[in-house]
Amino acid sequence: MAPDYRRISLSGWGRTSPSVSLLAEVPVEGLAEHLKDSSDRGVVVRGLGRSYGDAAQNAGGRVLTIADRAAEAVIDDVRGTVTVGAGVSLDELMRLIVPRGYFVPVTPGTRYVTVGGAIASDIHGKNHHVEGSFGNHVERMAILTASGEVVEVSPREHPDLFWATIGGMGLTGVVLDATFRLLRVETSRCTVDTIRCRDLDELITEMSTGDENSRYSVSWVDLLATGRKFGRSVLWRGDHARRSDLDPKSASDPLQYAPRHLLTVPPVVPGPGLVNAATSRIFNELWFRKEPDRQTGQIKSIPAFFHPLDSVGAWNRLYGRSGFVQYQFVVPFGHEDVFRRIIERIVASRLASPLVVLKRFGASNEAPLSFPMPGWTLTVDMPAAAHEIAALSHSLDELVLSVGGRHYLAKDAHTSADVIRAGYPRLAEWRTTRDKWDPNGVFASDLARRLELVG
Amino acid sequence: MQNAFGEPQNILVLGGTSDIGVAIARRLMAPSTKTVTLACRRPETAGLAVASLTRPGVVAEAVEFEATDESNHVGFVRALVDRTGDLDVVILAFGQLGDQERLENDPASAADLVRVNFASAASIALAVAAQMRKQGHGRLVVLSSVAGERVRKANFVYGSTKAGLDGFAQGLGDSLEGTGAGVLIVRPGFVHSSMTAGLEAAPFATTPDVVADAVASGLRTGRRIVWAPGILRWIFMILRHVPAPLWRRLPLG
Repeated sequence: MAPDYRRISLSGWGRTSPSVSLLAEVPVEGLAEHLKDSSDRGVVVRGLGRSYGDAAQNAGGRVLTIADRAAEAVIDDVRGTVTVGAGVSLDELMRLIVPRGYFVPVTPGTRYVTVGGAIASDIHGKNHHVEGSFGNHVERMAILTASGEVVEVSPREHPDLFWATIGGMGLTGVVLDATFRLLRVETSRCTVDTIRCRDLDELITEMSTGDENSRYSVSWVDLLATGRKFGRSVLWRGDHARRSDLDPKSASDPLQYAPRHLLTVPPVVPGPGLVNAATSRIFNELWFRKEPDRQTGQIKSIPAFFHPLDSVGAWNRLYGRSGFVQYQFVVPFGHEDVFRRIIERIVASRLASPLVVLKRFGASNEAPLSFPMPGWTLTVDMPAAAHEIAALSHSLDELVLSVGGRHYLAKDAHTSADVIRAGYPRLAEWRTTRDKWDPNGVFASDLARRLELVG
Repeated sequence: MQNAFGEPQNILVLGGTSDIGVAIARRLMAPSTKTVTLACRRPETAGLAVASLTRPGVVAEAVEFEATDESNHVGFVRALVDRTGDLDVVILAFGQLGDQERLENDPASAADLVRVNFASAASIALAVAAQMRKQGHGRLVVLSSVAGERVRKANFVYGSTKAGLDGFAQGLGDSLEGTGAGVLIVRPGFVHSSMTAGLEAAPFATTPDVVADAVASGLRTGRRIVWAPGILRWIFMILRHVPAPLWRRLPLG
């Protein structure tokens, strides 16, 4: 067959390390043919391109996007599950399910990820400490494997392929559709408690003692504040609001859900970007001050609580031409000293942008390449062109690994094969499964080549 | 693959005994680097260079490469890729300075120098570019020289080969637009190295490490041309327009 491939330069959300692949959008039915078609440089499926590094690009090879429709999602009201095509985004899905009184089991900081991407990255959200990552809620998947065969997988059926695909960065096969459990909600609003913390110790103590009582918990840290203000932060905890929490006007339409786009950053941001130490300092000061010291029971919409950045389109352009890296790692509990030292180094570098997320993880799941583990995770954006960034990142990598921590593949754009091998002790086990289901290396990506995940 | 900081897994230096080429390779080495290959006519002479690039977890080695054997260039690239994987960064660093007076008196040897510096360089650059086009990524670093920016009488044979190579590299870079591959042209001034040992240094003389820093930053920020030291860009902006009678008299070494 002669598919209409376009030669196109692709990069991740961080807009670093672009490479050129052959891209085609294909209907699900045509996928098997396209797999057969892949050259010696393989093929990978791309969702909405929200992984930050090079996971969904395949230099010199092929990249497929799948045309899927949210309208074909099947909701099982008895079991509280949904079965949906992997190409459907969480945004489309939420527009469908929230008015019917459901919420996705896990959402990251953006709605613009596909179900397939959520599985491949085993995404986590503000509820990880109690409800785990996305893979914990998946009941089954249909996977198109390298041989062109569609395989039904679940924790009981082909569990090796099931768990290798969760967090497997799209390298085990193509997820065609998945069934996962939904959360029943009474309203489309959240009740949110806000706590402002004066420094890092206060934040760590607060999260260590109070998180278990909240479904959602996440914090922001000012990574430019020094001295006595070091680690000043804001902690938000929340849950889905009950109907009785709403004022009478909102309660008349409790499941009303209409997320809006406020603006889109134009593609003409000046070369060095608009994010630098000066603009970030101002932002951080205002951001910290706008929050109350302590407030409980504030009602927020789903977009305002979960996806504040989604109201600004293409915000990644703010970093300018050279893009940015989103450094995310986890260190296990008991190593708060190292966690602190890492944060000190980032603060000293003055490279951190205001986009910082600190979260306390709960238990891991069974997937060998799943990122979360019980411990502290920090996410920080830094401009990729900064002179000192490579040295800083590599020194942080060593600290992370020194206490048994690791890096998130969906964010990674800078580590090496050695760093990932050390951080993921079950990588060899994952590879065995992957080689069993894809012996000829049909699935490949820049990430896989760069980190030697395969081959 | 290169990572977000432009750090390569595989580095190839064509002209593996070039001080500048090796300095660039050393500067680009990162935790993700797996191989550094020094391609040179006599690998046995590259022992010191190989030693300077040896790190735990990195395969640094010298391999035989005859620049003037152009018919073998495509095969050389293919064999290397089979062994080490994609070409992430290739540094085209071979070339001869020659002794201008001797070259003027021996036209055949001038032709040989032009051949190595320009014809052979063009051939291997094309072979590398074809591979990078196929793999959809990769950066070719071409060592040009300010000597080619405006050729002067003191070394016009060498200078004209660099002028030719510089123009070739610009055109090659443009032809690679949209393929994922790219060319970085480096225009150093006088560099203290084994090639220039015993020569009188020109103004703004620099070192291989300064050139290497300029290349590393150029690769990270996606530049097409870098000068080393950077001030030469502005100086040559003026020198380019100096009237010929004055140009001939300038004491540029």
